[in-house]
Amino acid sequence: MKNFSNTYIYIFSSVMVIVVALLLALAALQLKPYQDKNIEVEKKQNILASINIIATPANAAELYAKYITNSYVVNTKGEHLDGIDAFRVDIKTELSKPKEERALPVYVSTFEDGKNAFVVPLRGKGLWGPLWGYISFEKDLNTIFGANFDHQGETPGLGAEIKETFFQKPFIGKKIFEDSTQFVSIKVNKGGVDPNDPHAVDAISGGTITSKGLEAMVDSCLVLYKEYFIQNKK
Amino acid sequence: MSSKNLKLFTIPFNIQNPVTVQVLGICSALAVTVKLMPAIVMGLSVTVVTAFSSLIISAMRDYIPPRIRIIVQLVIVAALVILVDQLLRAFVYDVSKALSVYVGLIITNCIIMGRLEAFAMGNKPWPSFVDGLGNGAGYAMILIIIGFTRELLGSGSLLGHTMIPKAFYGAGYVNNGMMIMPPMALIVVGLIIWIQRSKNPELIESK
Repeated sequence: MKNFSNTYIYIFSSVMVIVVALLLALAALQLKPYQDKNIEVEKKQNILASINIIATPANAAELYAKYITNSYVVNTKGEHLDGIDAFRVDIKTELSKPKEERALPVYVSTFEDGKNAFVVPLRGKGLWGPLWGYISFEKDLNTIFGANFDHQGETPGLGAEIKETFFQKPFIGKKIFEDSTQFVSIKVNKGGVDPNDPHAVDAISGGTITSKGLEAMVDSCLVLYKEYFIQNKK
Repeated sequence: MSSKNLKLFTIPFNIQNPVTVQVLGICSALAVTVKLMPAIVMGLSVTVVTAFSSLIISAMRDYIPPRIRIIVQLVIVAALVILVDQLLRAFVYDVSKALSVYVGLIITNCIIMGRLEAFAMGNKPWPSFVDGLGNGAGYAMILIIIGFTRELLGSGSLLGHTMIPKAFYGAGYVNNGMMIMPPMALIVVGLIIWIQRSKNPELIESK
């Protein structure tokens, strides 16, 4: 076995690391447009899922163009903000800004029968990582029309169940306002919930922290839209 | 391909199989084999990484200082894995989501480091490449067998297409929910090892 000097080892490792880093940076740069497109398609799929339309990656763009007929951005006072593309708004960055400066996207969908649904994004924390999702409302901006949640790394079989339909379905028909002006959000309660309770759904057994995180996410994100909802309800 | 190189390629399929004989790479074999598609993609990814890391390490072997050889191997393997991960994210996003952390964990797959240490560090690039290819493919083969069994029996489908006719369900057939759980992957591996050993007596240790 040959003997290598320390100098050789230092030069060897430095050169190797620099070459590898350059190659990887180049690859990441070249592949970014494709990856961004996939993320965009997934976002469209999630928005469509929240209005109860199941889209595949192949037809997501087409269905999105068909059903999402309008989108705009509002602030916490319920005023429209001009010149911002709602689809490009990253709710994660918005939530890190001061409350008054946040741009809050609203997606409006129109169905074949002329009915509308209003979709807003959600983002919060679960047990292991971020949670996110979309929730849609009927034109009274009070009754939930559909909900879709996803997560990064919640426990499989427990917290991860929030992305299953059996958990998301009970949200449909629930109301976020009491007496139409008092914001109460939706509670995610352990140990069985009266299905007729308009403001609560059943939590996931064994997924308490994820369930509570989801409840906090729904509450903290929807409260931002409170003024907009009150002013625009029909 | 010479007969010696051909042997390097074929031996991992049978009496030197990395999963069933050397019992390496079990972790990912359990985790990504619920459905056939992720199993195929994982098998391909590992094959690509083993083959090319063997090739690169073997080509560099005379210049790698022995004192830092493990680090050098890790850097090469990690770079290839990141490259594979980025490619999956760009072109098969669904599968990349299904594989999630396991693509990154290819780095820690014992098969790769094992082949680099045992073979590539001491052999010429071409035989090393073939050896890596063979071992990756041997691993992929087991993953595909497990993925096939688990998806067919657990979900009644293959590559997402329903395989069990509706009439069967009507007659009272139910998908085996156990097959979706990781322990069943271990049991399927056990069955494969059992069959393989009963066919190859030389694999059975003398008492």
